[in-house]
Amino acid sequence: MIAPPPSGPVPYARDFAHRLLTDMLRIRRMEEKSAELYGAGKIRGFLHLYIGEEAVAVGALHALQAEDNLVTTYREHGHALVRGMSMDVILAEMYGKREGCSLGRGGSMHLFDKRTRLFGGNAIVAGGLPVAAGLALADKIQKTSRITACFFGDGAVAEGAFHESMNLAALWQLPVLFCCENNLYAMGTALENSESQTDLCAKAASYRMPTIKVDGMDVVAVHEATRQAQARVRAGEGPLFIEYQTYRFRAHSMFDAELYRSKAEVEEWKTRGPVHTFTARLKQEGKLSEEEFLALDAQVNTEVAAAVAFAEAGTWEPVEHMLADVYTPAGSQP
Amino acid sequence: MTRINELPVMEEMNLVTAVTHTLRQEMQRDPSVRVMGYDIGPIGGVFRATEGLFDEFGPDRVMDTPLSENGLLGVAVGMAMRGERPVIEMQFLGFMYNAWGQFIYNLANLHQKTGGAMKVPLTIRATFGGGIKPLPFHSESTEAYLMHTPGVRVVCPSTPAQAKGLLAAAIRSDDPVVFLEHTKMYRAFREPVPMADYTLPLDKCRMVQEGDDLTLIAWGNMLHYSIAAAAETNASIEIIDMCSLAPLDVAPVLASVKKTGRCVIVHEARRTAGPGAEISALINEYALEWLKAPVKRVTAFDVFFPENQIEDAYLPSPQRIKAGIEAVLNYQF
Ligand SMILES: Cc1ncc(C[n+]2csc(CCOP(=O)(O)OP(=O)(O)O)c2C)c(N)n1
Ligand SMILES: [Mg+2]
Repeated sequence: MIAPPPSGPVPYARDFAHRLLTDMLRIRRMEEKSAELYGAGKIRGFLHLYIGEEAVAVGALHALQAEDNLVTTYREHGHALVRGMSMDVILAEMYGKREGCSLGRGGSMHLFDKRTRLFGGNAIVAGGLPVAAGLALADKIQKTSRITACFFGDGAVAEGAFHESMNLAALWQLPVLFCCENNLYAMGTALENSESQTDLCAKAASYRMPTIKVDGMDVVAVHEATRQAQARVRAGEGPLFIEYQTYRFRAHSMFDAELYRSKAEVEEWKTRGPVHTFTARLKQEGKLSEEEFLALDAQVNTEVAAAVAFAEAGTWEPVEHMLADVYTPAGSQP
Repeated sequence: MTRINELPVMEEMNLVTAVTHTLRQEMQRDPSVRVMGYDIGPIGGVFRATEGLFDEFGPDRVMDTPLSENGLLGVAVGMAMRGERPVIEMQFLGFMYNAWGQFIYNLANLHQKTGGAMKVPLTIRATFGGGIKPLPFHSESTEAYLMHTPGVRVVCPSTPAQAKGLLAAAIRSDDPVVFLEHTKMYRAFREPVPMADYTLPLDKCRMVQEGDDLTLIAWGNMLHYSIAAAAETNASIEIIDMCSLAPLDVAPVLASVKKTGRCVIVHEARRTAGPGAEISALINEYALEWLKAPVKRVTAFDVFFPENQIEDAYLPSPQRIKAGIEAVLNYQF
């Protein structure tokens, strides 16, 4: 039995509330478009959509500061977008164009951006966790006030790298916010078929780390929980583990038969969808009119169309570049 | 390139004291250099390579870590992306298998994958090699696995003065570098090492001795066995120290083979798909017409490292190397 849809007052001024809604819509529309482009053969390889989980990235990342470090997974288009990467560059990278953030080499699963301190998506489950601990260790030694937010799925907790990172971060009291997006499935395997302990917070607690469990479909709950969490980490309390209970509406990657869950379950979760429930709450409170919503959506669709045009106009990396960048230019004779 | 024997003020050092001296000098030079590893702090490391550094630099520069080889390499990548220059001590190269994930997924490929935007300046110091008889996973030479990985530099010194120059260059390089330290050589001999700081190029092999009849290629401890074996023959043998394993410095090898027409490659690594196979293939591709005999490999065997009693038969010995040299010298097409 899942919880009722998120409801209740939205404790934010109109501007900020609209910002949250707009960012969720930006992810939604960008990804709907990406799915279409994938079908058209414009985006190749894998494409892991975040649709259904938008409240997590939006609520959480708006609780961070610009100077903070971010590490994510292969399901990271939304994180990159909310973090401030332009949709143009994200789509160009998905296309594999040189105008992408990594010259098109990383594609959908490997968005990197120095300017917004995004230290990578990662095609490898739990691949980013040790790196996040390292970023945070550098900040601790350098005595900055930065924290590192590290996103990963419920599947990651089965990997050794997860446990090593939890231990290192707790042992050294590193400023890491471990952000677990628990959408109940890792590809086709449900959490209970993969973990002896399905209470993920209990795992974190075994490393003597404080934990927070929050409704990941509710952007307000996500934002409030993350605001508190990041303040504790920033204050030097050491790492904190936050579990966002969420659900992906689409297949794992672009196509799967979804034999691991029922249609009814998906439909039930869709009643808790972050975009329409938040929209309804804002309308109910008089913080959003239908005209305003349509205007926001139109503005987002314009942004998406411009990003597609940018990616389409992009250029391919010439084949002569294939052997470039294996090493740094001066690497042999520093 | 620095001519190291022209630098004034030398001190006698063995390989391990040269490593400690270089770490100290690099840490004094650059505050972002931090050494990390298991028992490397007050204890000074299992081979005492970091002895005294904790007292001099403190716990923020000399960091003891848990037994988390994989986690630690990932941590080092994160630190390197934030302006630090971590130097990781991998107690034994045989423990790297645990760290393979972070080694490949992040450490090796970040620079290429991000089109050069992310740099990973870090060094892994790993002990390797047979001879001190600590049994499997503490003895083998698995440099071929490393050489097969794009993005990582791999160097292996065979003398203390060379160790200093290569380690300093590894630490200063913006690329990830694996620096291989042969345990049997740690205290095998001393030589004068300049006290001034200097680097050696990470992508250049070293001409040890010139000759006309045969090119002998080795690195690490096998270089010393090869020098001994060559001295036992009457032939004029050119000896190349392949200290730069990745990228492999092949041009001097080809030039040498074109001169001598013969080549023997010696390594402690297993035979199949070992480094010798690659060097031999390059010679066949680019210097075949100059060959007077097939290229020969003198190597360990395709088994896991054997027990103490038969270790000496598993590893190439000066006798086996000499026999290999003679077979090639006497070969008739
Ligand atoms: C080390 C590793 N093993 C397997 C895979 C294949 N794989 C890709 S995504 C995935 C599921 C991970 O699920 P989870 O961590 O819950 O994240 P989600 O996809 O649900 O967001 C798997 C098994 C991989 N990428 N990396
Ligand atoms: Mg999942």
